[in-house]
Amino acid sequence: MVEFNLPRNSRVGTGQTFPAPSGAKNVREFKIYRWNPDDGQNPRTDTYQIDLDACGPMVLDALIKIKNEVDPTLTFRRSCREGICGSCAMNIDGGNTLACLKPIEECKGAVRISPLTHMPVVKDLVPDLSQVYAQYRSVEPWLQADSPAPPDGERLQSKEERAQIDGLWECILCFCCSTSCPSYWWNGDRYLGPAVLLQAYRWIADTRDEATGARLDALEDPFKLYRCHTIMNCTDSCPKGLNPAKAIAEIKKLIVERAG
Amino acid sequence: MANRNSAVQLDIRRSPLGRARGLGSAKAGATHWWAQRLTAIALVPLTLWFIWTVIELKGADQQAVVVWLSSPLSLVLMLTLIVATFHHLQLGLQVVIEDYVKTHATKLASILGMKAACILMALACIVSVLKLGGA
Repeated sequence: MVEFNLPRNSRVGTGQTFPAPSGAKNVREFKIYRWNPDDGQNPRTDTYQIDLDACGPMVLDALIKIKNEVDPTLTFRRSCREGICGSCAMNIDGGNTLACLKPIEECKGAVRISPLTHMPVVKDLVPDLSQVYAQYRSVEPWLQADSPAPPDGERLQSKEERAQIDGLWECILCFCCSTSCPSYWWNGDRYLGPAVLLQAYRWIADTRDEATGARLDALEDPFKLYRCHTIMNCTDSCPKGLNPAKAIAEIKKLIVERAG
Repeated sequence: MANRNSAVQLDIRRSPLGRARGLGSAKAGATHWWAQRLTAIALVPLTLWFIWTVIELKGADQQAVVVWLSSPLSLVLMLTLIVATFHHLQLGLQVVIEDYVKTHATKLASILGMKAACILMALACIVSVLKLGGA
């Protein structure tokens, strides 16, 4: 059955507070989830008081400032700091998003930060993504065609055909959507989740791909696809403004269409 | 077997891809999903018609209800309403049970019990309506 309480060893306690330097005028609190697999302790929430006058505008700027200047033990993933690598996906102010694209200004009160929801935690803000990566691999996200490519080079598309994968190819696989989906929380071991289904549809919608039937066959399953109950958290959370719920609906429509 | 139904477990040795593929696609579910949508759409006019009818028959005696239900149109719409309601009910409850019940045996037993209850309730309604208006 559904678990309503966290297991005893996962309950989050109160941690340390790191005060702002004296003389700071524009202070904001950051309440950050901390968990270290090596110390045998429960997770805790540490509070960092940051002078925003001496900090960049985005939540990621604050995290980097904390790691550089306040607490080097804080662990998180980040790379490009411009919303294209998907590394710094985390739960900020109650919603999954990219720390590098989330302005501190948009958060109300203390900025609460925790790892992507309902994923196993490796350390602090770093989730274990091996399950979502494997689910992504399982939909065979590459071009499949029996016809050989034209001898002079590329497989061509019209501009209209190419436009059909707009809103799909931009997905950076940060998994903010999948980890915000309650259906994925309850049945993530079988439901593929919005990110992976959007990626599956990206290849279904690509006119150069010749494996559409096999792709639909592989998705037509009460759990892999039909656990989507159009809750729409996916579309709500996508930091790139994409619409995974619509992609899932398109897959469902195609499966009905081919039946009759 | 237990691992197949449990949530993410980091200690099992199966590869992530093996777990992601699982038992493969059931190649089913579309009919269920489509039927749930169709019955939902059908139930909008049917329910409105039923509410309107109940208001119209407010305070009427049994004889008046029998006369109303004896018309083929009323009887057919009433039976359609019953079938659509209980079909939609069992489709929806099945999804709820599949969502929240993890153990395979409990899930199977709950779904079978729920479907039996829906069939019995639907038959009770159908027989009642036919006994009133089917003579």
